[in-house]
Amino acid sequence: MEPYARGRRLLREQPGLVVVAVVASLLGGDLLAKLLGGGLTPARFGGFVWDGLVIGLVIGLAGIGLSLTYSILGFANFAHGDYISWGAFSGWAVAYLLAGIDRYAAGGLLLIGAGDGPAPGDVGVSITNTPLSIVAGLVVAVGFTIAVSLVVDRLVYRPIREADGITLLIASIGVAFALRYLIVFFFYSSREGVTDISRVPSYSLGGVVIDAHELTIVVVGLLLMIGVHLLLQRTKLGKAMRAMADNRDLAQVTGIPVEGVIRTTWILGGGLAGAAGYLVVLTQGTISYDLGWLLLLLIFAAVIMGGIGSVYGAIVGGLVIGLASRLSLIWLTGDLSSFAEPVAFGLMIFVLLFRPEGIFGGVSTA
Amino acid sequence: MSADQFQTGRLKQLRDLLERSDAALVLTAMAGFYLFFLGIGAILNYNLAGLISILGQVTFFTAVYALVVLALNLQWGYAGLFNIGIAGFMAVGVYTMAMLTAPPTGSPPGLGLPLAVGVVGGMVAAALIGLVTALPALRLRADYLAIVTVAISEIIRLTYNSPAFSTFTLPGGIDLGTGGASGIGNFPSNPVRAIYYADPSSAASGTTPIGAAVFGVFETVGVFRSAVIVDLTYGLVLVVVVVLVYILLARVGNSPFGRVLKAIREDEVVAKSLGKDTNRFKIKTFMLGCALMGLAGVVWQGFGTGAVYPQAFRPELTFYIFIAVIIGGAGSNTGSVLGGAVFANLLFLLPQYLPNIIEQTFAIQASPNNFIAAIAPIAAGEIAPLLGYILNQRLPALRFVFVGVLLVYLMQNRPEGLLGHRTETAAAVDLSEGHTPGAATQPDPTAPDEPGGVDDE
Repeated sequence: MEPYARGRRLLREQPGLVVVAVVASLLGGDLLAKLLGGGLTPARFGGFVWDGLVIGLVIGLAGIGLSLTYSILGFANFAHGDYISWGAFSGWAVAYLLAGIDRYAAGGLLLIGAGDGPAPGDVGVSITNTPLSIVAGLVVAVGFTIAVSLVVDRLVYRPIREADGITLLIASIGVAFALRYLIVFFFYSSREGVTDISRVPSYSLGGVVIDAHELTIVVVGLLLMIGVHLLLQRTKLGKAMRAMADNRDLAQVTGIPVEGVIRTTWILGGGLAGAAGYLVVLTQGTISYDLGWLLLLLIFAAVIMGGIGSVYGAIVGGLVIGLASRLSLIWLTGDLSSFAEPVAFGLMIFVLLFRPEGIFGGVSTA
Repeated sequence: MSADQFQTGRLKQLRDLLERSDAALVLTAMAGFYLFFLGIGAILNYNLAGLISILGQVTFFTAVYALVVLALNLQWGYAGLFNIGIAGFMAVGVYTMAMLTAPPTGSPPGLGLPLAVGVVGGMVAAALIGLVTALPALRLRADYLAIVTVAISEIIRLTYNSPAFSTFTLPGGIDLGTGGASGIGNFPSNPVRAIYYADPSSAASGTTPIGAAVFGVFETVGVFRSAVIVDLTYGLVLVVVVVLVYILLARVGNSPFGRVLKAIREDEVVAKSLGKDTNRFKIKTFMLGCALMGLAGVVWQGFGTGAVYPQAFRPELTFYIFIAVIIGGAGSNTGSVLGGAVFANLLFLLPQYLPNIIEQTFAIQASPNNFIAAIAPIAAGEIAPLLGYILNQRLPALRFVFVGVLLVYLMQNRPEGLLGHRTETAAAVDLSEGHTPGAATQPDPTAPDEPGGVDDE
């Protein structure tokens, strides 16, 4: 018996996996040394983890829709990021309107302070100050984005339903352009403050600072994810979606209403994208027309990591990407901190190369 | 024969000429664009210098777009590699060139090497990054490749944007830098200027004998802005570059190498089963395409603007090129040049002149800075604020919206592009009907009896 035969085979067949394992154990060891040696306080580490979880939840939420449309309609939807942006702008327009209608003109509020509209500090939107308007904004964000995704599907994708994935992908780039710059047309192309950061209460949990907006995101995100889980497990929808992702023609022959399932997919995906966009503004405090596009690659990373078509994979992938991009800041200090995003992109490329079916490969829809 | 029939006969002859001769088609299109933009200049009451400036812009943008579109067509149209990281490869080309050639004393410091070294270095660097991308990319499905290339392009842009490499020191004590978010303004001057100016970096330095002669000629007709002449010259130099690249690609396409590429495009399994190592062909093609993108970066974002900064390489640039390829029709070099020309002139340049023309014609003064202020007066029957808002504030945004809608329209109705029905044959000799010896005189007896018999779709 040749010694280390198994190890050699692994090295030969999956060199990428070995490299990942070596790098991961090196980083883990260094992290442990930093924590024990005092180079990194537990509070700072906890802060990175918390930040990563918050952004990871948002990415996971948005990723569910991207993952579903990818597997069921068979194309990478590059316009998904701009659904997210529209969710953010539509929701915050309404949240602003409700929060400030008693003091300011409706026009400036609806444009989220464009032109001569009121400043965020004056309107004072925050979860503790104006909870109702925040919730109403979320509902509108979800509803409006669903409407956008259904209209786009009817106008753009339905006429070319049978086309190949690349044709649909290019069409989605066109949709992305149109949606993104329609936001600029109606609103603005700058990055503007939205929430009243000064009035958001924050709590300290073992040295980790958690503010009320982050807490809101976690609560809302988890609720939405549980809702999706129940919807897919307790109804026939999940099964129909799995069947469609597997073989659309066969599903149709079996009597699954294909167009109906596609519509439900868009409702689910669009709604969650809208919610994610609305929530990400809540944590960032600023809004810009390209916020969804900037998130899109991270969402792709999460979806690919989790395995395309897997709802739970998208959620876990989102958390992994969120954590990776924030935890990388432990090593990327100072000027290098601008590399947090490239790290996440690099992770995605790595997964695509060595495990294109995703870390949890084999699991498909729900 | 009536005059009417004579007319249709002449038209048909012209159409035949355009369909047979690529050069005639491109020249006709360019003549059309030149006339069109001269017309715009005339409407805007430009003087001769202004008109020359417009012609220079048309030439420059047509040439640079044609160059990148040709490169992308090589990758996508020939090898079927769906690369949407074009902006990144252009950035590598121009940044490498700038870092190699920028003077060491400037900020950020460069290596101060000769220009030719910089240009070649930029192309080589872009090709090497292309190799790094292509090696793994070949294992991926087309849509995964798309995501990987766009991610790499963003990694490249964020790296150049990062303050970490704003200035750094190589081992050996040599300073170098990317300039971070503000980019590299400390840039070698356009080589075309050396033809006209004694010191290429300064127009005030006096002219060379050629410069004195050319400027003198133009001054006799009332053109005193030497910059427009330099720009037009640069545009014409780029046209020569495009012609050279076109010839190179046509030769590549007709070589044994190109025939394998076309075979891969048609059916990769067949090409493989004939013993061709298709991956090697794809990698080489990808690298050549990336090198050309690097060159395009150098001549466009580099010498064209005289400075380079990371924000110029946002993914929008990539999608511009893509739309141009799709307009022209993937797989056709002539289509690529035409697609680039159509995009550059009608979708890029024209919208910059449109507001001036409309404003001059309709005298729109209003320029409200937000949408509500633009539409509120409509209730009172005033539409001018909305028009003013669209023209003065949001025209660039609407151009993007239009481009997006156009892309969707093309995908739904003409996925093969304007010239997509043209097939560039894989054979070295022209086998099309009418050129095949014998075929014209001896029609295939099994073919359905069709008058004319030329299927032009």
